[in-house]
Amino acid sequence: MSKKKTLHVPDAPFRPGEKPDFSNLELPKAGDAKRPKVMVEPSEIRDLAFSLVRVLDDKHEAVGPWDPKLDASVLKEGLRHMCLLRIFDDRMLTMQRQGKLSFYMKSLGEEAVAIAQGMALRPDDILFPSYRQPGLQFVRGRDIVDMICHCITNVKDNVKGRQMPVHYSWKEGNFVSISSPVGTQFPQAVGCAMASAYKGEDNVSISWVGDGTAAEGDFHYALNFASVYKAPVLLNVVNNQWAISTHKNISSGGATFAARGIAYDVPSIRVDGNDFLALYSVTSWAAERARKGGGPTFIEVFTYRGEAHSTSDDPTRYRPKDEWKSWPLGDPIERLKAHLIGLGAWSEKEQSKLEKELDTLVIKSYKEAEKHGTLSEGPWAPEDTLFEDVYKKPPRHLRKQRQEFGF
Amino acid sequence: MSQMNIIQSVNSALDIILEKDPNVCIFGQDVGYFGGVFRCTDGLQKKYGKHRVFDTPLSEGGILSTAIGMGINGLRPVAEIQFSDYIFPAFDQITNELAKLRYRSGGEYWAPVTVRTPCGGGIRGGHYHSQSPEAYFTHTPGLKVVIPSNPHDTKGLLITSIEDDDPVIFFEPKRLYNGPFDGDHKKAALKWDTHPKGEVPEDYYSIPLGKAAIERPGNQVTVLAYGTMVHVAREAAESSGIDAEVIDLRSLVPLDIDTITGSVRKTGRCVIVHEAPRTSGFGAELSAQIQEECFYHLEAPIARVTGWDTPYPHSLEWEYFPSQERVIESMKKVLGS
Repeated sequence: MSKKKTLHVPDAPFRPGEKPDFSNLELPKAGDAKRPKVMVEPSEIRDLAFSLVRVLDDKHEAVGPWDPKLDASVLKEGLRHMCLLRIFDDRMLTMQRQGKLSFYMKSLGEEAVAIAQGMALRPDDILFPSYRQPGLQFVRGRDIVDMICHCITNVKDNVKGRQMPVHYSWKEGNFVSISSPVGTQFPQAVGCAMASAYKGEDNVSISWVGDGTAAEGDFHYALNFASVYKAPVLLNVVNNQWAISTHKNISSGGATFAARGIAYDVPSIRVDGNDFLALYSVTSWAAERARKGGGPTFIEVFTYRGEAHSTSDDPTRYRPKDEWKSWPLGDPIERLKAHLIGLGAWSEKEQSKLEKELDTLVIKSYKEAEKHGTLSEGPWAPEDTLFEDVYKKPPRHLRKQRQEFGF
Repeated sequence: MSQMNIIQSVNSALDIILEKDPNVCIFGQDVGYFGGVFRCTDGLQKKYGKHRVFDTPLSEGGILSTAIGMGINGLRPVAEIQFSDYIFPAFDQITNELAKLRYRSGGEYWAPVTVRTPCGGGIRGGHYHSQSPEAYFTHTPGLKVVIPSNPHDTKGLLITSIEDDDPVIFFEPKRLYNGPFDGDHKKAALKWDTHPKGEVPEDYYSIPLGKAAIERPGNQVTVLAYGTMVHVAREAAESSGIDAEVIDLRSLVPLDIDTITGSVRKTGRCVIVHEAPRTSGFGAELSAQIQEECFYHLEAPIARVTGWDTPYPHSLEWEYFPSQERVIESMKKVLGS
């Protein structure tokens, strides 16, 4: 008798209590992926959507054609930003646990994404991040006191306490206001890039969504419009394997996320998301292509979400504890550090000195931020600002409600 | 001045604004080469170039999201949604993004997008070519909502909407595109060339948002209407001999509450007319505000003549569409006669 048909529902590879084993994960060797000319026809590089661009090998040496050959000073800057992000995240999580922030989201394991990609861009390139690329702000030199003021929603929060923590906006840094609805920023980045082309400017736009969000309609709008109008845009799916509790096997039945780009005739590249050099290199390639009029690039950043989804999530309920430690692509910070040490440009001693320095900086900045108010005690944005910025000028009905409220 | 229908007045407004502001670009399904399924963008691509007036994929969410991105990057996009019935795939981008961008960024970012979309029934459009979804948008802080009722207002209000730095949902009653319509579908179709508001200045002019127009002065009862219903209400007053003051709201957000309350305080009676379904329709908001502001002047309960709480029907369209008879009956009821 033949087996009765039933609904197929994919599962995560490992659940709590099981021992994660990624030995079956197909990981092409570092240096193996070809590096095409930037103006290549998308149809000629379809293999890159199924491969994995990796530069750092198992010995932490840079190999292959994608090696961006960066100066050690640039690598050290990247390492510093990544370490700062991790230390910042740890401090903010502690503060959240103490009730000093209402909410927080860490980037553990994904630090290289925002930092390396951000560093490969120009300051006038426009960023449409999701909530897990706060590191872009470090790259562009944002005052971390201002970032903390936003997270603790005090009077110095530039978004006036209106959004949840981590929903940064920073006009000066071309970092477009983050919103909670996932994926909405993806096609907006395409429109922004279309405007750059319209005006004849050669900056590019770049956006990030997660593997889970790649199931939203906005994902399709973005790729299709980017392809149709050859928009100078970089579209990234950060595949960190998890959308809260949902494994990427549920988000996509496909081979790779990058493979989806092929159908839109958009050059699509899959990259090791824990490899600073590979990320930097692929992003530079895509940005150069966009600036030359080659249109969009779609990038799948292959990584692993090291921490809980947010401070409201407990991942031990759906995946093995410390699954991240078994992740074969390792830790982006450790890998870049080991590379720099191998170059003779860095040492464990300098590393611990840096970490101490950054920890002091974050603590000092936190204290400085609290001088402008705390979550529980304020001062917060003045009450009448509740009615501002809904429109450019409050129309009559809002002015009336403001009066009714006592202002 | 020249004679224009609403299609021509939309076209004229877009032509003028494209000429005036190089950051204005126009896009949507079939708006480019073809000139729009209602001809509103006819000739504009040829005159201004493909990059300024262009066709898009069939994707309302894509149209609105890219419009927001363009707005963020300094353009002034005018997006067209072919029928307001099809605005819902873009609902998330309009309500969660476009409407909230300025607020959520503390004023750092905004997108001055105008969304033009044909609305309303009376054209045998069935479920999906007849809807009046204005209440979904008046309920969303951060959006302005405009509905003209004649060629003269359409041009002036559209120019103002495009130049406004806040997002505007601009509803165009498609039943009125070619001529005024008073609800009598058996009568021969009229053209705008017989109507005083079909006289439209050829040059730039603007009409402020938030200013209603008194369509027909009167003393016995105030009738509030917008879009096609302005003409139904006006004709109902004329044919019944009731001395009704018909007010064309023109913009729902911001709302000209002064003109409304001034009239209701004078007449003591109010009938609200709209095509959209009754429950939670914009008439409910009007009724509540009038009750709050004019309670001691009201001589009768406020009445609403609206579409029924059903999807918009095809064969029974004229049983659904608020008729002159229903408006007259309602006016008589509030007059106690």
